[in-house]
Amino acid sequence: MTLNRRDFVKATGAIAAVGVLGVPAIALGEGKKVVVVGGGTGGATAAKYIKMADESIDVTIIEPNKDYYTCYLSNEVLSGERTLDQIKQGYDGLKARGIKVVHEAATGIDADKKVVKTTGGEYPYDRCVVSPGISLLYDKIEGYSEEVAQKLPHAWKAGEQTKLLRGQLEAMDDGGVVIITTPPNPFRCPPGPYERASQIAMYLKEHKPKSKVLILDTNQTFSKQGLFTQGWERLYGFGTDNALIEWQPGPDAAVVSVNPADMLVETGFGDEVKGAVINVIPPQAAGKIALDAGLADDSGWCPVDKKTFESTKVPGVHVIGDAAIATAMPKSAYSANSQAKVAAAAIIALLNGEEPGVPSYVNTCYSIIGKDYGISVAAVYKLSEDGSEIAGVEGAGGLTPTDAPDFALAREVQYAHSWYNNIVHDIFG
Amino acid sequence: MAKATMTTALFGGVLALGLSAAAPAGDDLATGKMLVDTCAGCHGTNGNSVGPASPTISAMDPLVFVDMMTAFAEDETYSTIMGRIARGYTEDEYELMGEYLHSLAYEPAKQEFDQALVDKGAKLHDRYCEKCHIEGGKPVPEEEDYYILAGQWTPYLKNAMSDFQAERRDLPKKMGRKLDSMLEAEGEESLAALYAFYAAYTDFESSGADDDEEDDD
Repeated sequence: MTLNRRDFVKATGAIAAVGVLGVPAIALGEGKKVVVVGGGTGGATAAKYIKMADESIDVTIIEPNKDYYTCYLSNEVLSGERTLDQIKQGYDGLKARGIKVVHEAATGIDADKKVVKTTGGEYPYDRCVVSPGISLLYDKIEGYSEEVAQKLPHAWKAGEQTKLLRGQLEAMDDGGVVIITTPPNPFRCPPGPYERASQIAMYLKEHKPKSKVLILDTNQTFSKQGLFTQGWERLYGFGTDNALIEWQPGPDAAVVSVNPADMLVETGFGDEVKGAVINVIPPQAAGKIALDAGLADDSGWCPVDKKTFESTKVPGVHVIGDAAIATAMPKSAYSANSQAKVAAAAIIALLNGEEPGVPSYVNTCYSIIGKDYGISVAAVYKLSEDGSEIAGVEGAGGLTPTDAPDFALAREVQYAHSWYNNIVHDIFG
Repeated sequence: MAKATMTTALFGGVLALGLSAAAPAGDDLATGKMLVDTCAGCHGTNGNSVGPASPTISAMDPLVFVDMMTAFAEDETYSTIMGRIARGYTEDEYELMGEYLHSLAYEPAKQEFDQALVDKGAKLHDRYCEKCHIEGGKPVPEEEDYYILAGQWTPYLKNAMSDFQAERRDLPKKMGRKLDSMLEAEGEESLAALYAFYAAYTDFESSGADDDEEDDD
């Protein structure tokens, strides 16, 4: 008898079923403690997936904020397509799973004593997860500071900053220039500045058509560039005299200083440019607690074992999300969510004295350029044979094709919104 | 429709034991759970999508899953993004994913639908669809070759149907004939009635649809 593929699937299925029935669910993690620093995308996902896999593990999230505003889809708040409340997430879902959520700020990690120190006390751990997101390096731009960001918002951490920038766009007179400055690589959400330009242009086109968005880029190329410029040409007159979006590449256009009093920015080339609204997206590094805890290297980001996300600098601490150096994976929500699951599985194995299993990672990232006009990039990653890299699987992944028909671009918006619903539910639900 | 009997399942299990000795060691493969957990960002935790356009993939027939992934990867089934992702896995990995998904409980979508069309949709389903989409399109894990429609997200079903109709997705001959005869006899609005029926048909405690009106092809 020859076996076709279907028979084989059936056969392996029977084996899998035997395996499932044969192993009773034992709570192996009894009494073990995991402390997660940071209740954003990576941290919340890690906490949830550890708890789902073994509810006997004591999981505590340390997160100063009561609510979490997702950066993803916050650009739709800027255009008015979505309200700020629609990107607000809370911790009730995780608490209902038995995860402790402590609204304190982590101040340090004592890796010898295995204790996370916070503004409110000390939290001992067997394994620690640090998912601190980014810190904004205000002082890399002359004249910029956390205080100046109240006038020239970065809106690169969502919430009040998003609201501020949206308010400025609404208050702006028609004919104004909205300046967006971009940071050097690597930074959180590589396509983010360009989706932002698109969403703001969508708002301007309808409400303030004599205005425009000017991107003063630090870099010479950018994420999904061909697809963005194609979309901008189709929707926003990109490249024409009446363009709603203008893009100037680095290094000449890179903004080196800001003058908030006169609403001016100065480029590397020496040009002074006036903006009615100025959105400064500053250079970035790993979140502050990662820097304070000695998890980052000279690059400002955190080196990790690519199989487990355990820090190569501080044993017992796993760093995930934007703060981690994850080779080919971009600093995106989907990456953080995917890395958190790899770290969660590794932590459970390590707590049980087992060798962590083979990891699998994915990134899927949508950008909404306009109404019924979405684009995406995706990748499937595997650990390289020597374990040194998270490498994209050859022949897989990639971008929306440049000849995608209208119905497909509209469908990508449907999927972008479904992506949002599902990923936030997967993280916080 | 092929039915999985206890005999074939057991025989399959014995064969697999023999095969597993000869097959390459699976040590370098991620587990089904590790692979499937990466799907959740779009398809929901444990494969249960909270919608609206990306489908729930839990409880799928593993054979159907492997076929679908293969068709996406080879662009035989049109997709915006799924093909790009499907090409990232080997057939062995599809099989592990399919088995794991099969083990996950199906949670029907909570969505709005047109109540007035549900009864009509139920009758249309029985007449045109039930022979292949058995049990009203519910998951029937003890069967094989089942395709879940009940409790699936309507925008997903609409997209899939438009792909079938535009020949972007391989339309099985029999389904094509049934679809043609339904649209001819009942008009375009018959599809809306079917969508309403599948959206409404989420009471998985009750038995399947009434089989009496099923036509014998």
